[in-house]
Amino acid sequence: MKTRHKRFALVGVGLAVLGLAAWLILSAFQKNLVFFFTPTQVFAGEAPQGRTFRIGGMVEKGTLVHQPDGLTWKFIVTDMSKTIAVTYRGILPDLFKEGKGVVAEGKLGADNVFSAETVLAKHDENYMPPEAAYALKKGKEANAAQQPDSASAVATDSAKGAK
Amino acid sequence: MIPELGNFSVMLALCMALAQSILPITGSFTRNSRWMALARPAAAGQFVFVSFAFGCLIYAFVVNDFSVASVASNSNSTLPLYYRVAATWGGHEGSLLLWILMLAVWTFAVSLFSRQLPDETIARVLGVMGLISIGFLCFLLFTSNPFDRLLPAAADGQDLNPLLQDFGMIVHPPMLYMGYVGFSVAFSFAIAALLGGQLDSAWARWSRPWTLVAWMFLTLGIFMGSFWAYYELGWGGWWFWDAVENASFMPWLVGTALIHSLAVTEKRGSFKNWTVLLAIIAFSLSLLGTFLVRSGVLTSVHAFATDPRRGLYILIFLAIVIGGSLSLYAWRAPKVGLGGKFSLFSRESTLLVNNVLLLTAAATVFLGTLYPLFLDALNLGKISVGPPYFETVFVPLMLPVLLLIAVGPFVRWKSAPFADVAKRLRWIALATLIFAVIAWMSFAPSAMVVMGVAFCAWILLATASHVLERLRHAPAGTSLWRRIRSQPRSYWGMIVAHAGVGIFVLGVTMVKGTETSNDVNMRVGDTTSVGEYVFRFNDLQQVSGPNYTAMRGTFEVTHNGSKVATMTPEKRVFTVQRMPMTDAAIDRGFARDLYISLGEPAENGSWVVRVQHKPFVSWIWGGCIIIAFGGFLAASDRRYRLKARKRAQDVASAVAINAPA
Repeated sequence: MKTRHKRFALVGVGLAVLGLAAWLILSAFQKNLVFFFTPTQVFAGEAPQGRTFRIGGMVEKGTLVHQPDGLTWKFIVTDMSKTIAVTYRGILPDLFKEGKGVVAEGKLGADNVFSAETVLAKHDENYMPPEAAYALKKGKEANAAQQPDSASAVATDSAKGAK
Repeated sequence: MIPELGNFSVMLALCMALAQSILPITGSFTRNSRWMALARPAAAGQFVFVSFAFGCLIYAFVVNDFSVASVASNSNSTLPLYYRVAATWGGHEGSLLLWILMLAVWTFAVSLFSRQLPDETIARVLGVMGLISIGFLCFLLFTSNPFDRLLPAAADGQDLNPLLQDFGMIVHPPMLYMGYVGFSVAFSFAIAALLGGQLDSAWARWSRPWTLVAWMFLTLGIFMGSFWAYYELGWGGWWFWDAVENASFMPWLVGTALIHSLAVTEKRGSFKNWTVLLAIIAFSLSLLGTFLVRSGVLTSVHAFATDPRRGLYILIFLAIVIGGSLSLYAWRAPKVGLGGKFSLFSRESTLLVNNVLLLTAAATVFLGTLYPLFLDALNLGKISVGPPYFETVFVPLMLPVLLLIAVGPFVRWKSAPFADVAKRLRWIALATLIFAVIAWMSFAPSAMVVMGVAFCAWILLATASHVLERLRHAPAGTSLWRRIRSQPRSYWGMIVAHAGVGIFVLGVTMVKGTETSNDVNMRVGDTTSVGEYVFRFNDLQQVSGPNYTAMRGTFEVTHNGSKVATMTPEKRVFTVQRMPMTDAAIDRGFARDLYISLGEPAENGSWVVRVQHKPFVSWIWGGCIIIAFGGFLAASDRRYRLKARKRAQDVASAVAINAPA
């Protein structure tokens, strides 16, 4: 083989490997993108059925209950405008608390209950997961658009929640 | 008073960095040897001032000076002394000073161990390191000064995040930063070579040991982080494909490609352009990692309060460094030349494939990590890319790498007959195949596990057989020790690191493929089982630590009726931050770990408990340590030191000859 042929072969192999890798990556990427929806968006039917996605917001106070099996939790996530019921089986993260921000990943069931496979809370008391903060902000905006009169009261409320 | 001294010392260090960069680099072009000679003393001065400043900050933490803002927000008077010291790098400001300290240490080390380098080269290398240092010192002084005072002073500190109150906090950040910052040396060598237009195998020989040491530290740092997360976060995972982990993993992948590419450049003079580019990318990714972790775009244990000014500063700095070095590369690289030729099947070509694969892998991690941030920044929606993406993409890309790890050492430089390599490896291939079949019949539950153990066998057997081949090539009667010593350390480094990869792969596959986990609701007296182990919940007590109170469960573990261990997981509540934390109990073993974490108590007094059986998880850690040790062996090769000594002797004799005349 001449040097030039060898070089062509090398370049060819390299391109083939890169092409294969690109194909692998992009198809896996497509399949595994996890989108985020706020409770308001879920309520409006924007979230897909049967596909994993994330929701975020605040755990509504007084809604966290243990199911009879002693392992499954049920709670309500709110963005101060709309709410969504969530079930989760297993150990909740240490910083999961009522009245605090939360992000959950899972699927929406036919009964409109979100069954979470993972629940993410923050690693630190002082910070809110950005997605949860975003959901609260959006919820606040939705409220403001709907009820111009009570908007200011809700705004202060959710601002407290975000702190 | 002491914090002000520290602050002043940082300013002096900045002056030193200015002197260390501008004058020597200018001098190297105008052939002003006095200006060039400034580089070494300036590096030493910078090291002294930065160390002093760091000492001042540690002092402020040790004596609980809560009038210093960074102390007040990251420490507390009830914190034990060693955690107060570690809390120095527990916050954004202190960890940045640690970064700068590491840079000063590396710079000083380069200035000490580079007596054999030409004056111009060392002036440029230290100058570039000085430029990086200027960037970071300005960042520290203008946006995140750890010595800023708090008026009025806090009565007590807000405490260190309880997750960080651990031995890992003392070891993990310094190790990781040593690795991150260590790539600045390879980067500076590359930039210096581009500036001077001289890129030869001597250049590769100089930067190789530095790169190896940096890579070793990065390996250990990542290992330590993973090991820590495994026992600290309380649910037994060891790698989450979390953006912060990826931020450290990308430079590691590129660094691994770099040390292999440097080998080619040193031995054969090829891949020069490529090696320089890798050095630039490796350091750029280290900077990007710092940006990701420190700018607050990510939320994790590593991220601190956000300040847009900081993010912007790092972004601009990043753009200057990456943009500048890539422009320089584009301008100068064509002059560097391509180096020696090689045939289609040769050591060079196998290493080229290795490089392409590693870089592609780094690119996939890059895409998965940055794409969501990118979309978010452009307000195009919030998405996340989870572990499934990384696993589906990363594993297939690594399979050919694992295959080649075993083959590569058998392939000669320049050109190798394929038939010869195949002949030397055929028995190994057959043995691996038989082993895979046995694994399939006996214990492996899935194709993935069969493949994992087969790859482990393939790598270990081929590596061992390569060692035997090498050792056999010696006159009869040579003692084994002599035979071992006759091979250079860099050879042993390669062998050890490759074997470490085999062990690591085995650990990962066994854990991924055969671990079992069980979430159960238990009361005192209940039993549950996982794997072949039976766990009995014997007791529950309230205990108190120095800065927390806890509920402690006592579990007795039996295997086939005989007692294996007593394990005591805890649920702690830290008193200052009122933060609960799961303290898992782990019973470590050679071939398995048992892992218990205590969840929440239910209303009726029962507890949610997670018990896990994790086969061969220790092999992951063992593999990492062995890989890092391989890096150490390779870096300590005689030829790097010998050259230094020989050059010094030559100079000495030249002086002696010239002296009488």
